[in-house]
Amino acid sequence: MKVVLQHLTKKFPSRSKKGEEVVAVSDFTFEIPDGKLIGLLGPSGCGKSTTLNLICGLEAPTSGHIFFGEDNVTRLPPENRGVGLVFQNYALYPHLTVRQNILFPLQNLKGSEKLSKQVMLEKAEEAARLVQIEKLMDRKPSELSGGQQQRVAIARALVKMPRVLLLDEPLSNLDARLRLQTREEIRRIQRETGITTIFVTHDQEEAMSISDLIVVMKEGVVHQIGKPQEVYDEPCNLFVAKFLGTPPINVFSGEVRGGVLYIGEDGVLNVKGVSDRKVYVGVRPEGFVLEAAGPLSCALQAVEVMGRDRSVVSTHPAAVSEAIRAIIPSEEEIGIGSDSVRFALKPAKVHLFDAASEERIPFEV
Amino acid sequence: MMKKNWKAWLYLLPAIAFLGVFMVYPLVDVFVYSFEEGYNSASQTFWGTGLYNYSYVLHDPYFLQAVKNTFILVIITVPVSTGLALLISVGLNSIKPLRELYQTVFFLPYVTNTLAVGLVFMILFKKTAYSDGMINLLINFFGGQSVDFIEGPYWAKMLVMCIYTVWVVMPFKILILTSALASVPQSYYNAAKIDGTSKWRTFTRITLPMISPMIFYLVITGFIGAFKAYSDEVAIFGTNLNAAGMNTIVGYVYDMLYGDSGGYPSYASAAALILFAIVLTITVINLMISRKNVQY
Ligand SMILES: Nc1ncnc2c1ncn2[C@@H]1O[C@H](COP(=O)(O)OP(=O)(O)OP(=O)(O)O)[C@@H](O)[C@H]1O
Ligand SMILES: [Mg+2]
Repeated sequence: MKVVLQHLTKKFPSRSKKGEEVVAVSDFTFEIPDGKLIGLLGPSGCGKSTTLNLICGLEAPTSGHIFFGEDNVTRLPPENRGVGLVFQNYALYPHLTVRQNILFPLQNLKGSEKLSKQVMLEKAEEAARLVQIEKLMDRKPSELSGGQQQRVAIARALVKMPRVLLLDEPLSNLDARLRLQTREEIRRIQRETGITTIFVTHDQEEAMSISDLIVVMKEGVVHQIGKPQEVYDEPCNLFVAKFLGTPPINVFSGEVRGGVLYIGEDGVLNVKGVSDRKVYVGVRPEGFVLEAAGPLSCALQAVEVMGRDRSVVSTHPAAVSEAIRAIIPSEEEIGIGSDSVRFALKPAKVHLFDAASEERIPFEV
Repeated sequence: MMKKNWKAWLYLLPAIAFLGVFMVYPLVDVFVYSFEEGYNSASQTFWGTGLYNYSYVLHDPYFLQAVKNTFILVIITVPVSTGLALLISVGLNSIKPLRELYQTVFFLPYVTNTLAVGLVFMILFKKTAYSDGMINLLINFFGGQSVDFIEGPYWAKMLVMCIYTVWVVMPFKILILTSALASVPQSYYNAAKIDGTSKWRTFTRITLPMISPMIFYLVITGFIGAFKAYSDEVAIFGTNLNAAGMNTIVGYVYDMLYGDSGGYPSYASAAALILFAIVLTITVINLMISRKNVQY
């Protein structure tokens, strides 16, 4: 089922008379292809949960439309939309067992949709098998680990075979290891069921690793939509560039003069087709190459060994961020003992942004 | 380890001493009196020991009437007041405008003096030289016969008593239940909404279980409170409850101690212990039921 959002806007009235209204989601237009996993990504308070609530019908949009396939569901109450929602805190009913929790949505069916007890139990078992919790069916939620609870929540959301599955930061309560494992699990379940899924997170790594498409939001406005790699390689503005990637992108203030990019006084790169102006230069950590005669000279601070790679921490007067972090494969030699390092830059890993608008400026080498 | 224990007891000593003097000692005393026949508190004498006091009390028609009254009161008012309080709390919880105002209104009886409330009930129910009371005016308006609620038939008096008791105990229950309802996380309701749960099913399968610990708390304390009813009866029917046929067990105990026919601490003690046994039994049964039904 494809999901179409047209100019979706949600404004919350202010509590006090004088205060301004909060624009939680602003003019969100996007067509989610059928059967894809979408990562909705953005910093806290950017309107991710609100977007999900609009799609599932817990909130009504101020303006705009939502379509599931060809059906306009904008004014439909949540129960008629056929969505499954996994809450940030799971919202498992604490007084019911896992089985009863999963059965709950089925028992709500009325009229011609009503199922026999036997069928309901079978469907619950099937959903439980999908998320691998068959052995926990008679426990109460309080007797489960965070990861198990999360799976129960997914099973409950899946048991009615919803047209759209929505997950609101489902991994935020899990520890790092479980998080990794569970996100793969979500990916697998999504592939197996083929249900169009929207996955909210503020962790860019999480979104990048499992999504078919990611949507980057900030303050209610969608900044970029695209395949994770595309968005990473071609961020449309400085915010998106900074938001994606660990360690984060290194930002310098620089200038383009006569087709050459200058960071401080170092001319570091030929950039064809860019008129002279002040720019922000974003360099991915993997975009630095150690070179004895490299154009960019930085004051060396520390070298951190991370196993496969080393992270070279240095400073530069023109850098916007405190420290510059470069990731260098372990094999390459670093002139230890010297207090400065020189880098050359990989053009594909360098992004230019207009100093005023912060929009990306495309360039050719 | 030993030293720590010793210190803990030392800290507890004031409380233990206090409880010992003012709670345990009187309790033991009551227990002893109830077996001493004809105990006289002035002369500190008695003429025998045995079960005579219990036998006397259990054959006293006034006591039996008091037991009957108390049980009727308990059986009617506890479920009715809890049910009504639940209904009102759910209503309060689902309205937005003026909620605070309504909550205050419903809480007023709690902070109102029993006797003042009694006065209001007099105006509602009592026959005077000038009128038959508000309720009777209503009954007359709909073509019914006046009923003497205060000095008339037993059922009428019992009805007034039950309405009064329900009215007095409800505010506290509403207070507890509204806060219990408000503390059920919204996300459960959102989850239920998305699953297409009907209002009624949401209430019975989610709301009720979530607040069931509070409901059981209210039922248990409600039973205990209703078994100890006395002052409310006095507020409506005056101090001579035996004559009105509206005495309660606590009222009987009081009468045996200080009433016109009083001066019998042995009988009073026996009656008090019988009441204690009844309350204990009911509370244990209540706890056993709640153990089974409050599951988390
Ligand atoms: N019911 C509401 N009334 C008023 N403002 C609201 C309401 N719900 C959300 N907001 C505001 O809308 C904005 C977006 O909120 P939302 O919950 O969608 O953020 P989010 O992206 O999910 O953040 P997080 O990652 O912290 O969960 C916030 O500024 C928030 O304060
Ligand atoms: Mg959120």
